[in-house]
Amino acid sequence: MKFKALTAIAALMIAPGVAFAEPDDDTLVINGETEMVTKTAAPAHMEGTGIDTIMSGWHFRSDETQALETDDFDNPGMIFVDAGREQWNTVEGEAGKSCASCHEGPESMEGVRAVYPKWNEDAGEVRTLAHQINACRTENMKADPYKYTSGQMANMEALISLQSRGMPVNVAIDGPAAETWEQGKELYYTRTGQLELSCANCHEDNYGNMIRADHLSQGQINGFPTYRLKNAKLNTVHARFKGCVRDTRAETFKPGGPEFIALELYVASRGNGLSVEGPSVRN
Amino acid sequence: MAKGVRPRVKVPKSASAGDVITIKCLISHQMESGQRKDKEGNVIPRSIINNFTCSFNGETVINVKMEPAISTNPYFEFDAKVPEAGEFEFVWDDDDGSTYTDTQAISVG
Amino acid sequence: MDLTRRETLAVGGAALVVAALPMPAMASAVDDLINEFTGGADLADSGVDLIAPEIAENGNTVPIEVSAEGAASIMVLAAGNPTPPVATFNFGPLAGESRAKTRIRLAGTQDVIAVAKMADGSFARTSKNVKVTIGGCGG
Repeated sequence: MKFKALTAIAALMIAPGVAFAEPDDDTLVINGETEMVTKTAAPAHMEGTGIDTIMSGWHFRSDETQALETDDFDNPGMIFVDAGREQWNTVEGEAGKSCASCHEGPESMEGVRAVYPKWNEDAGEVRTLAHQINACRTENMKADPYKYTSGQMANMEALISLQSRGMPVNVAIDGPAAETWEQGKELYYTRTGQLELSCANCHEDNYGNMIRADHLSQGQINGFPTYRLKNAKLNTVHARFKGCVRDTRAETFKPGGPEFIALELYVASRGNGLSVEGPSVRN
Repeated sequence: MAKGVRPRVKVPKSASAGDVITIKCLISHQMESGQRKDKEGNVIPRSIINNFTCSFNGETVINVKMEPAISTNPYFEFDAKVPEAGEFEFVWDDDDGSTYTDTQAISVG
Repeated sequence: MDLTRRETLAVGGAALVVAALPMPAMASAVDDLINEFTGGADLADSGVDLIAPEIAENGNTVPIEVSAEGAASIMVLAAGNPTPPVATFNFGPLAGESRAKTRIRLAGTQDVIAVAKMADGSFARTSKNVKVTIGGCGG
Protein backbone atom coordinates (compact mmCIF):
# COMPACT_ATOMS: atom_id res chain seq x y z
CA MET A 1 0.00 0.00 0.00
CA LYS A 2 1.31 3.39 -0.98
CA PHE A 3 0.09 6.06 1.37
CA LYS A 4 2.42 9.00 1.17
CA ALA A 5 1.80 12.66 0.59
CA LEU A 6 -1.88 12.68 1.39
CA THR A 7 -3.72 15.74 2.53
CA ALA A 8 -6.08 15.29 5.45
CA ILE A 9 -9.10 15.63 3.17
CA ALA A 10 -7.79 13.15 0.67
CA ALA A 11 -7.17 10.73 3.53
CA LEU A 12 -10.85 10.99 4.41
CA MET A 13 -11.88 10.39 0.83
CA ILE A 14 -9.65 7.42 0.17
CA ALA A 15 -10.59 4.30 2.07
CA PRO A 16 -7.55 2.03 2.18
CA GLY A 17 -7.59 -1.70 2.56
CA VAL A 18 -10.64 -2.60 0.48
CA ALA A 19 -10.23 -6.23 -0.44
CA PHE A 20 -10.82 -5.99 -4.18
CA ALA A 21 -8.72 -2.88 -4.66
CA GLU A 22 -5.82 -4.44 -6.56
CA PRO A 23 -5.82 -4.13 -10.34
CA ASP A 24 -6.54 -7.53 -11.83
CA ASP A 25 -4.40 -9.75 -14.06
CA ASP A 26 -6.95 -10.35 -16.82
CA THR A 27 -5.93 -10.20 -20.46
CA LEU A 28 -7.72 -7.89 -22.88
CA VAL A 29 -8.39 -9.57 -26.20
CA ILE A 30 -10.68 -7.71 -28.59
CA ASN A 31 -12.97 -9.61 -30.97
CA GLY A 32 -11.15 -12.78 -29.97
CA GLU A 33 -8.16 -11.77 -32.09
CA THR A 34 -6.36 -8.58 -31.05
CA GLU A 35 -4.39 -9.05 -27.83
CA MET A 36 -3.70 -5.72 -26.22
CA VAL A 37 -0.70 -4.69 -24.13
CA THR A 38 -2.41 -3.45 -20.97
CA LYS A 39 0.54 -3.89 -18.59
CA THR A 40 4.16 -3.28 -19.43
CA ALA A 41 7.38 -1.89 -18.04
CA ALA A 42 7.27 1.82 -17.30
CA PRO A 43 9.18 4.01 -19.77
CA ALA A 44 12.64 5.15 -18.69
CA HIS A 45 11.55 8.69 -17.88
CA MET A 46 9.34 7.35 -15.07
CA GLU A 47 12.30 6.16 -13.03
CA GLY A 48 11.91 7.51 -9.52
CA THR A 49 8.12 7.71 -9.67
CA GLY A 50 7.70 4.44 -7.80
CA ILE A 51 5.86 2.96 -10.78
CA ASP A 52 7.62 0.01 -12.40
CA THR A 53 4.67 -1.30 -14.36
CA ILE A 54 2.28 0.90 -16.29
CA MET A 55 -1.31 -0.34 -16.55
CA SER A 56 -4.29 0.50 -18.66
CA GLY A 57 -7.34 1.76 -16.76
CA TRP A 58 -9.07 -1.38 -18.06
CA HIS A 59 -7.46 -3.40 -15.23
CA PHE A 60 -9.17 -1.27 -12.61
CA ARG A 61 -12.72 -1.88 -13.79
CA SER A 62 -15.23 -4.58 -12.88
CA ASP A 63 -15.55 -7.74 -14.96
CA GLU A 64 -18.85 -6.50 -16.40
CA THR A 65 -17.34 -3.21 -17.55
CA GLN A 66 -14.22 -4.95 -18.86
CA ALA A 67 -16.34 -7.30 -20.95
CA LEU A 68 -17.89 -4.39 -22.84
CA GLU A 69 -14.52 -3.62 -24.43
CA THR A 70 -13.75 -7.17 -25.57
CA ASP A 71 -16.16 -7.09 -28.50
CA ASP A 72 -16.65 -4.28 -30.97
CA PHE A 73 -20.35 -4.87 -31.02
CA ASP A 74 -20.74 -4.80 -27.24
CA ASN A 75 -18.64 -1.62 -27.08
CA PRO A 76 -21.12 1.28 -27.33
CA GLY A 77 -18.25 3.57 -28.35
CA MET A 78 -18.33 1.94 -31.78
CA ILE A 79 -21.60 3.72 -32.60
CA PHE A 80 -19.58 6.90 -32.53
CA VAL A 81 -16.89 5.42 -34.75
CA ASP A 82 -19.66 4.88 -37.31
CA ALA A 83 -20.71 8.50 -36.88
CA GLY A 84 -17.06 9.55 -37.30
CA ARG A 85 -16.84 7.56 -40.53
CA GLU A 86 -19.80 9.49 -41.91
CA GLN A 87 -18.13 12.78 -40.93
CA TRP A 88 -14.94 11.57 -42.61
CA ASN A 89 -16.77 11.25 -45.92
CA THR A 90 -18.80 14.45 -45.63
CA VAL A 91 -17.74 17.40 -47.76
CA GLU A 92 -17.64 20.58 -45.68
CA GLY A 93 -16.20 24.05 -46.08
CA GLU A 94 -15.40 26.38 -48.94
CA ALA A 95 -12.70 24.15 -50.39
CA GLY A 96 -15.35 21.55 -51.17
CA LYS A 97 -13.41 18.73 -49.52
CA SER A 98 -13.98 15.95 -47.04
CA CYS A 99 -11.28 14.16 -45.04
CA ALA A 100 -11.51 11.43 -47.68
CA SER A 101 -10.67 13.89 -50.49
CA CYS A 102 -7.05 14.03 -49.34
CA HIS A 103 -6.61 11.01 -47.07
CA GLU A 104 -8.82 8.44 -48.83
CA GLY A 105 -9.98 5.83 -46.30
CA PRO A 106 -9.55 6.26 -42.54
CA GLU A 107 -7.08 3.32 -42.69
CA SER A 108 -4.57 5.91 -43.89
CA MET A 109 -4.54 7.16 -40.29
CA GLU A 110 -2.89 3.95 -39.06
CA GLY A 111 -0.26 4.80 -36.47
CA VAL A 112 -1.31 8.43 -36.09
CA ARG A 113 -3.02 8.19 -32.71
CA ALA A 114 0.01 6.41 -31.23
CA VAL A 115 2.38 9.36 -31.72
CA TYR A 116 0.13 12.29 -30.73
CA PRO A 117 0.54 14.84 -29.21
CA LYS A 118 3.39 15.60 -31.59
CA TRP A 119 5.68 18.48 -32.53
CA ASN A 120 4.55 20.26 -35.69
CA GLU A 121 7.58 21.80 -37.39
CA ASP A 122 5.66 24.23 -39.61
CA ALA A 123 3.51 25.52 -36.79
CA GLY A 124 6.38 25.50 -34.30
CA GLU A 125 4.23 23.93 -31.59
CA VAL A 126 3.14 20.66 -30.07
CA ARG A 127 -0.23 19.67 -31.47
CA THR A 128 -2.77 17.28 -30.08
CA LEU A 129 -4.70 15.03 -32.44
CA ALA A 130 -7.73 17.28 -31.92
CA HIS A 131 -5.71 20.35 -32.88
CA GLN A 132 -4.42 18.60 -35.98
CA ILE A 133 -7.98 17.61 -36.96
CA ASN A 134 -9.06 21.22 -36.59
CA ALA A 135 -6.01 22.52 -38.46
CA CYS A 136 -6.99 20.26 -41.34
CA ARG A 137 -10.54 21.53 -41.20
CA THR A 138 -9.69 25.22 -41.13
CA GLU A 139 -6.61 25.25 -43.38
CA ASN A 140 -7.33 22.54 -45.95
CA MET A 141 -11.12 22.25 -45.97
CA LYS A 142 -11.81 25.93 -45.17
CA ALA A 143 -14.44 24.63 -42.77
CA ASP A 144 -15.31 25.62 -39.21
CA PRO A 145 -13.29 23.86 -36.53
CA TYR A 146 -15.02 21.35 -34.28
CA LYS A 147 -15.55 22.54 -30.73
CA TYR A 148 -12.61 21.05 -28.85
CA THR A 149 -14.44 18.51 -26.68
CA SER A 150 -17.58 18.19 -28.82
CA GLY A 151 -19.28 15.01 -29.86
CA GLN A 152 -18.11 15.49 -33.45
CA MET A 153 -14.51 15.83 -32.31
CA ALA A 154 -14.82 12.74 -30.11
CA ASN A 155 -16.32 10.78 -33.03
CA MET A 156 -13.44 11.75 -35.32
CA GLU A 157 -10.82 10.98 -32.66
CA ALA A 158 -12.46 7.60 -32.08
CA LEU A 159 -12.37 6.77 -35.79
CA ILE A 160 -8.71 7.77 -36.04
CA SER A 161 -7.71 6.04 -32.78
CA LEU A 162 -9.29 2.79 -33.94
CA GLN A 163 -6.86 2.67 -36.89
CA SER A 164 -3.97 2.42 -34.40
CA ARG A 165 -5.65 0.00 -32.02
CA GLY A 166 -3.15 -2.45 -30.57
CA MET A 167 -0.13 -0.38 -31.60
CA PRO A 168 2.07 0.87 -28.75
CA VAL A 169 1.71 4.46 -27.63
CA ASN A 170 4.96 6.13 -28.64
CA VAL A 171 4.96 9.89 -28.17
CA ALA A 172 8.26 11.73 -28.55
CA ILE A 173 9.35 13.67 -25.49
CA ASP A 174 12.75 14.84 -26.66
CA GLY A 175 13.89 17.36 -29.25
CA PRO A 176 11.55 20.29 -29.85
CA ALA A 177 8.76 18.65 -27.76
CA ALA A 178 10.94 18.55 -24.63
CA GLU A 179 9.99 21.97 -23.36
CA THR A 180 6.25 21.30 -23.61
CA TRP A 181 6.79 17.90 -21.99
CA GLU A 182 8.58 19.52 -19.03
CA GLN A 183 5.67 21.94 -18.61
CA GLY A 184 3.26 19.04 -18.61
CA LYS A 185 5.34 17.19 -16.04
CA GLU A 186 5.34 20.21 -13.77
CA LEU A 187 1.56 20.48 -14.02
CA TYR A 188 1.21 16.78 -13.21
CA TYR A 189 2.93 17.29 -9.88
CA THR A 190 1.34 20.66 -9.04
CA ARG A 191 -1.40 20.58 -6.42
CA THR A 192 -4.54 22.46 -7.39
CA GLY A 193 -7.82 23.46 -5.82
CA GLN A 194 -9.23 23.57 -2.33
CA LEU A 195 -8.40 19.89 -1.94
CA GLU A 196 -4.79 20.60 -2.92
CA LEU A 197 -4.43 17.49 -5.03
CA SER A 198 -2.08 16.96 -7.93
CA CYS A 199 -2.56 14.33 -10.63
CA ALA A 200 0.22 12.38 -8.90
CA ASN A 201 -1.52 12.32 -5.51
CA CYS A 202 -4.26 10.10 -6.87
CA HIS A 203 -2.83 8.42 -9.95
CA GLU A 204 0.79 7.86 -8.89
CA ASP A 205 0.65 7.62 -5.09
CA ASN A 206 -2.71 5.92 -4.75
CA TYR A 207 -3.62 3.97 -7.85
CA GLY A 208 -5.25 0.71 -6.84
CA ASN A 209 -6.82 2.33 -3.76
CA MET A 210 -10.46 3.26 -3.51
CA ILE A 211 -11.64 6.86 -3.65
CA ARG A 212 -15.05 6.38 -2.11
CA ALA A 213 -16.44 3.60 -4.33
CA ASP A 214 -14.19 4.37 -7.29
CA HIS A 215 -11.10 2.33 -8.00
CA LEU A 216 -8.26 4.74 -8.74
CA SER A 217 -6.33 3.93 -11.91
CA GLN A 218 -2.97 5.22 -13.04
CA GLY A 219 -4.80 7.83 -15.07
CA GLN A 220 -3.50 6.47 -18.37
CA ILE A 221 -4.99 8.01 -21.53
CA ASN A 222 -4.19 5.25 -24.05
CA GLY A 223 -7.91 4.36 -24.14
CA PHE A 224 -9.25 7.78 -25.14
CA PRO A 225 -11.70 8.76 -26.37
CA THR A 226 -13.51 6.72 -23.74
CA TYR A 227 -17.13 5.65 -23.57
CA ARG A 228 -18.17 6.17 -19.97
CA LEU A 229 -21.13 4.33 -18.47
CA LYS A 230 -21.60 7.36 -16.27
CA ASN A 231 -22.64 9.70 -19.07
CA ALA A 232 -23.20 7.15 -21.86
CA LYS A 233 -21.09 8.98 -24.43
CA LEU A 234 -17.56 9.33 -25.70
CA ASN A 235 -15.36 11.51 -23.53
CA THR A 236 -12.27 13.33 -24.77
CA VAL A 237 -8.98 13.56 -22.89
CA HIS A 238 -9.28 17.27 -22.16
CA ALA A 239 -12.86 16.92 -20.94
CA ARG A 240 -11.60 14.26 -18.53
CA PHE A 241 -8.70 16.45 -17.40
CA LYS A 242 -11.20 19.22 -16.79
CA GLY A 243 -13.37 16.90 -14.70
CA CYS A 244 -10.36 15.79 -12.65
CA VAL A 245 -9.14 19.33 -11.97
CA ARG A 246 -12.69 20.42 -11.15
CA ASP A 247 -12.87 17.58 -8.60
CA THR A 248 -9.90 19.12 -6.79
CA ARG A 249 -12.21 22.14 -6.49
CA ALA A 250 -10.07 24.32 -8.70
CA GLU A 251 -10.76 26.64 -11.58
CA THR A 252 -9.84 24.37 -14.46
CA PHE A 253 -7.68 25.08 -17.47
CA LYS A 254 -9.35 25.48 -20.83
CA PRO A 255 -9.77 22.35 -22.96
CA GLY A 256 -7.49 22.80 -25.97
CA GLY A 257 -5.41 25.39 -24.12
CA PRO A 258 -1.61 25.30 -23.67
CA GLU A 259 -1.71 23.81 -20.16
CA PHE A 260 -3.79 20.80 -21.14
CA ILE A 261 -1.79 20.31 -24.36
CA ALA A 262 1.38 20.05 -22.25
CA LEU A 263 -0.35 17.82 -19.71
CA GLU A 264 -1.67 15.55 -22.45
CA LEU A 265 1.83 15.11 -23.88
CA TYR A 266 3.24 14.26 -20.45
CA VAL A 267 0.42 11.88 -19.46
CA ALA A 268 0.51 10.21 -22.89
CA SER A 269 4.27 9.65 -22.44
CA ARG A 270 3.61 7.83 -19.15
CA GLY A 271 1.71 5.32 -21.28
CA ASN A 272 4.47 4.80 -23.86
CA GLY A 273 4.38 1.06 -24.51
CA LEU A 274 0.71 0.43 -23.73
CA SER A 275 -1.57 -0.40 -26.66
CA VAL A 276 -3.74 2.29 -28.16
CA GLU A 277 -7.21 1.21 -26.94
CA GLY A 278 -9.56 3.96 -28.09
CA PRO A 279 -12.48 3.91 -28.00
CA SER A 280 -12.30 2.14 -24.65
CA VAL A 281 -15.11 1.57 -22.12
CA ARG A 282 -14.87 2.77 -18.53
CA ASN A 283 -17.31 3.41 -15.68
CA MET B 1 -37.33 12.06 -35.06
CA ALA B 2 -34.74 12.18 -32.30
CA LYS B 3 -31.32 13.42 -33.43
CA GLY B 4 -28.48 11.14 -34.46
CA VAL B 5 -30.31 7.84 -34.03
CA ARG B 6 -28.24 5.07 -35.52
CA PRO B 7 -29.08 1.35 -35.37
CA ARG B 8 -26.43 -1.39 -35.41
CA VAL B 9 -27.22 -5.09 -35.64
CA LYS B 10 -25.00 -8.15 -35.63
CA VAL B 11 -26.31 -11.26 -37.34
CA PRO B 12 -24.22 -14.14 -38.72
CA LYS B 13 -24.03 -14.04 -42.53
CA SER B 14 -25.04 -17.69 -42.85
CA ALA B 15 -26.39 -20.63 -40.85
CA SER B 16 -27.70 -24.16 -41.34
CA ALA B 17 -31.45 -24.59 -41.57
CA GLY B 18 -32.85 -25.05 -38.06
CA ASP B 19 -29.85 -23.42 -36.34
CA VAL B 20 -30.28 -21.17 -33.35
CA ILE B 21 -28.18 -18.02 -33.74
CA THR B 22 -27.39 -15.15 -31.40
CA ILE B 23 -28.32 -11.64 -32.48
CA LYS B 24 -27.08 -8.41 -30.92
CA CYS B 25 -28.44 -4.95 -31.57
CA LEU B 26 -27.66 -1.48 -30.36
CA ILE B 27 -29.24 1.83 -31.24
CA SER B 28 -27.95 5.28 -30.34
CA HIS B 29 -30.68 7.10 -28.42
CA GLN B 30 -30.69 9.38 -25.39
CA MET B 31 -33.61 7.55 -23.72
CA GLU B 32 -34.59 10.70 -21.83
CA SER B 33 -36.32 9.25 -18.78
CA GLY B 34 -38.71 12.07 -17.87
CA GLN B 35 -37.20 12.05 -14.36
CA ARG B 36 -34.60 14.74 -14.95
CA LYS B 37 -34.79 18.50 -14.65
CA ASP B 38 -33.01 21.14 -16.70
CA LYS B 39 -30.94 24.01 -15.27
CA GLU B 40 -34.10 26.08 -14.68
CA GLY B 41 -35.70 23.26 -12.71
CA ASN B 42 -38.21 22.26 -15.38
CA VAL B 43 -38.80 18.58 -15.93
CA ILE B 44 -37.21 17.41 -19.20
CA PRO B 45 -40.05 15.56 -20.97
CA ARG B 46 -39.74 11.84 -21.44
CA SER B 47 -38.48 10.83 -24.90
CA ILE B 48 -37.61 7.19 -25.27
CA ILE B 49 -37.80 4.25 -27.62
CA ASN B 50 -40.73 2.33 -26.14
CA ASN B 51 -40.85 -0.81 -28.26
CA PHE B 52 -38.49 -3.08 -30.17
CA THR B 53 -39.37 -5.98 -32.45
CA CYS B 54 -37.21 -8.43 -34.36
CA SER B 55 -38.90 -10.61 -36.95
CA PHE B 56 -37.71 -13.08 -39.55
CA ASN B 57 -39.54 -13.41 -42.87
CA GLY B 58 -42.52 -11.77 -41.17
CA GLU B 59 -42.63 -14.01 -38.10
CA THR B 60 -41.78 -12.62 -34.65
CA VAL B 61 -38.53 -13.54 -32.93
CA ILE B 62 -38.80 -11.18 -29.97
CA ASN B 63 -40.73 -8.12 -28.94
CA VAL B 64 -39.61 -5.90 -26.08
CA LYS B 65 -41.79 -3.35 -24.33
CA MET B 66 -39.25 -0.77 -23.18
CA GLU B 67 -39.50 1.60 -20.22
CA PRO B 68 -37.37 4.63 -19.21
CA ALA B 69 -35.18 2.33 -17.08
CA ILE B 70 -33.52 1.00 -20.25
CA SER B 71 -30.07 2.62 -20.54
CA THR B 72 -29.04 5.24 -23.08
CA ASN B 73 -28.10 3.56 -26.39
CA PRO B 74 -30.39 0.53 -25.84
CA TYR B 75 -28.72 -2.86 -26.28
CA PHE B 76 -30.38 -6.26 -26.72
CA GLU B 77 -28.99 -9.72 -27.22
CA PHE B 78 -31.26 -12.70 -27.92
CA ASP B 79 -31.49 -16.00 -29.84
CA ALA B 80 -33.36 -16.73 -33.05
CA LYS B 81 -34.23 -19.87 -34.97
CA VAL B 82 -33.35 -19.84 -38.65
CA PRO B 83 -35.71 -22.24 -40.47
CA GLU B 84 -34.72 -21.04 -43.95
CA ALA B 85 -32.81 -18.33 -45.79
CA GLY B 86 -34.35 -14.91 -45.47
CA GLU B 87 -34.25 -11.53 -43.85
CA PHE B 88 -34.33 -10.30 -40.28
CA GLU B 89 -36.15 -7.04 -39.74
CA PHE B 90 -35.51 -4.85 -36.71
CA VAL B 91 -37.93 -2.08 -35.74
CA TRP B 92 -37.60 0.45 -32.92
CA ASP B 93 -40.59 2.70 -32.07
CA ASP B 94 -39.91 6.18 -30.68
CA ASP B 95 -42.23 8.07 -28.29
CA ASP B 96 -42.40 10.81 -30.92
CA GLY B 97 -44.04 8.45 -33.41
CA SER B 98 -41.02 7.84 -35.60
CA THR B 99 -39.69 4.36 -36.25
CA TYR B 100 -36.15 3.22 -36.98
CA THR B 101 -35.59 0.05 -38.99
CA ASP B 102 -32.73 -2.13 -40.10
CA THR B 103 -32.65 -5.38 -42.06
CA GLN B 104 -30.10 -8.14 -42.34
CA ALA B 105 -30.16 -11.08 -44.73
CA ILE B 106 -28.97 -14.55 -43.80
CA SER B 107 -28.19 -17.40 -46.17
CA VAL B 108 -28.69 -21.08 -45.42
CA GLY B 109 -26.18 -23.55 -46.74
CA MET C 1 -27.90 10.42 -20.91
CA ASP C 2 -25.50 12.96 -19.54
CA LEU C 3 -26.23 13.21 -15.84
CA THR C 4 -24.53 15.97 -13.90
CA ARG C 5 -23.65 15.33 -10.29
CA ARG C 6 -26.63 17.42 -9.20
CA GLU C 7 -29.01 15.48 -11.41
CA THR C 8 -27.57 12.21 -10.20
CA LEU C 9 -28.23 13.33 -6.64
CA ALA C 10 -31.76 14.25 -7.66
CA VAL C 11 -32.36 10.81 -9.11
CA GLY C 12 -30.88 9.28 -5.98
CA GLY C 13 -33.07 11.58 -3.91
CA ALA C 14 -36.14 10.37 -5.71
CA ALA C 15 -35.10 6.84 -4.88
CA LEU C 16 -34.70 7.81 -1.24
CA VAL C 17 -38.21 9.22 -1.15
CA VAL C 18 -39.48 5.97 -2.59
CA ALA C 19 -37.45 4.05 -0.04
CA ALA C 20 -38.78 6.21 2.77
CA LEU C 21 -42.41 5.39 2.00
CA PRO C 22 -43.99 2.88 4.35
CA MET C 23 -43.11 -0.58 3.09
CA PRO C 24 -46.64 -1.58 2.04
CA ALA C 25 -46.88 1.46 -0.26
CA MET C 26 -43.68 0.60 -2.12
CA ALA C 27 -44.35 -3.10 -2.15
CA SER C 28 -47.81 -2.49 -3.56
CA ALA C 29 -46.52 -0.67 -6.66
CA VAL C 30 -44.41 -3.71 -7.51
CA ASP C 31 -47.12 -6.15 -6.40
CA ASP C 32 -49.69 -4.33 -8.53
CA LEU C 33 -47.44 -4.60 -11.59
CA ILE C 34 -46.87 -8.30 -10.93
CA ASN C 35 -50.58 -8.91 -10.39
CA GLU C 36 -51.37 -7.10 -13.60
CA PHE C 37 -48.89 -9.37 -15.40
CA THR C 38 -50.01 -12.62 -13.77
CA GLY C 39 -53.68 -11.92 -13.19
CA GLY C 40 -53.07 -12.84 -9.56
CA ALA C 41 -51.79 -16.34 -10.29
CA ASP C 42 -49.37 -18.10 -7.93
CA LEU C 43 -45.64 -17.55 -8.50
CA ALA C 44 -43.20 -20.45 -8.49
CA ASP C 45 -39.79 -19.84 -6.93
CA SER C 46 -37.87 -21.53 -9.70
CA GLY C 47 -37.98 -21.61 -13.47
CA VAL C 48 -36.70 -18.14 -14.25
CA ASP C 49 -33.09 -16.97 -13.98
CA LEU C 50 -31.76 -13.46 -13.63
CA ILE C 51 -28.07 -12.64 -13.99
CA ALA C 52 -27.00 -9.24 -12.73
CA PRO C 53 -23.79 -7.96 -11.14
CA GLU C 54 -23.57 -8.05 -7.35
CA ILE C 55 -22.02 -4.60 -7.48
CA ALA C 56 -22.65 -2.26 -10.42
CA GLU C 57 -19.89 0.25 -11.12
CA ASN C 58 -22.41 2.73 -12.40
CA GLY C 59 -26.19 2.69 -12.04
CA ASN C 60 -26.64 4.23 -15.48
CA THR C 61 -25.63 1.08 -17.35
CA VAL C 62 -26.13 -2.22 -15.53
CA PRO C 63 -25.93 -5.36 -17.70
CA ILE C 64 -28.59 -8.00 -16.96
CA GLU C 65 -29.66 -11.29 -18.52
CA VAL C 66 -32.99 -13.08 -18.06
CA SER C 67 -33.89 -16.58 -19.16
CA ALA C 68 -36.67 -19.06 -18.52
CA GLU C 69 -36.90 -22.27 -20.49
CA GLY C 70 -40.01 -22.28 -22.61
CA ALA C 71 -41.32 -18.95 -21.29
CA ALA C 72 -43.68 -16.89 -23.43
CA SER C 73 -42.62 -13.65 -21.79
CA ILE C 74 -40.47 -12.24 -19.00
CA MET C 75 -41.16 -8.98 -17.18
CA VAL C 76 -38.32 -7.14 -15.42
CA LEU C 77 -38.91 -4.69 -12.57
CA ALA C 78 -36.54 -2.51 -10.54
CA ALA C 79 -38.22 -2.23 -7.15
CA GLY C 80 -36.25 0.82 -6.03
CA ASN C 81 -36.54 2.99 -9.15
CA PRO C 82 -38.88 6.02 -9.22
CA THR C 83 -40.95 3.96 -11.69
CA PRO C 84 -40.32 0.22 -11.29
CA PRO C 85 -41.07 -1.12 -14.81
CA VAL C 86 -37.92 -1.87 -16.85
CA ALA C 87 -38.93 -4.06 -19.81
CA THR C 88 -41.12 -6.95 -20.86
CA PHE C 89 -39.63 -9.47 -23.27
CA ASN C 90 -42.20 -11.33 -25.39
CA PHE C 91 -40.75 -14.34 -27.19
CA GLY C 92 -42.19 -15.12 -30.62
CA PRO C 93 -42.43 -18.41 -32.52
CA LEU C 94 -38.90 -17.92 -33.92
CA ALA C 95 -37.21 -17.20 -30.59
CA GLY C 96 -34.31 -19.62 -30.25
CA GLU C 97 -34.49 -19.67 -26.49
CA SER C 98 -36.45 -17.58 -24.03
CA ARG C 99 -33.40 -15.55 -23.12
CA ALA C 100 -32.36 -11.91 -23.49
CA LYS C 101 -29.64 -9.52 -22.35
CA THR C 102 -29.94 -5.78 -21.99
CA ARG C 103 -28.52 -2.84 -20.00
CA ILE C 104 -30.63 -1.01 -17.45
CA ARG C 105 -30.70 2.00 -15.12
CA LEU C 106 -30.83 1.55 -11.37
CA ALA C 107 -31.36 4.64 -9.20
CA GLY C 108 -29.61 3.01 -6.25
CA THR C 109 -28.96 -0.27 -4.48
CA GLN C 110 -32.12 -2.34 -4.83
CA ASP C 111 -33.79 -5.60 -5.88
CA VAL C 112 -34.22 -6.37 -9.55
CA ILE C 113 -37.16 -8.73 -10.12
CA ALA C 114 -37.93 -11.01 -13.06
CA VAL C 115 -41.31 -12.68 -13.54
CA ALA C 116 -41.74 -15.25 -16.30
CA LYS C 117 -44.95 -16.40 -17.92
CA MET C 118 -44.48 -20.02 -18.91
CA ALA C 119 -45.92 -21.65 -22.01
CA ASP C 120 -48.44 -23.55 -19.85
CA GLY C 121 -49.74 -20.31 -18.35
CA SER C 122 -47.98 -20.69 -14.98
CA PHE C 123 -45.68 -18.03 -13.56
CA ALA C 124 -42.27 -17.95 -11.88
CA ARG C 125 -40.44 -15.18 -10.05
CA THR C 126 -36.87 -14.46 -9.02
CA SER C 127 -35.02 -11.43 -7.74
CA LYS C 128 -31.47 -10.27 -7.24
CA ASN C 129 -30.08 -7.49 -5.09
CA VAL C 130 -27.72 -5.18 -6.98
CA LYS C 131 -25.51 -2.77 -5.08
CA VAL C 132 -25.02 0.48 -6.97
CA THR C 133 -21.87 2.35 -6.04
CA ILE C 134 -21.37 6.10 -6.12
CA GLY C 135 -18.06 7.06 -7.63
CA GLY C 136 -15.49 9.29 -6.00
CA CYS C 137 -14.83 11.48 -8.98
CA GLY C 138 -17.82 13.66 -9.67
CA GLY C 139 -20.13 10.81 -9.08
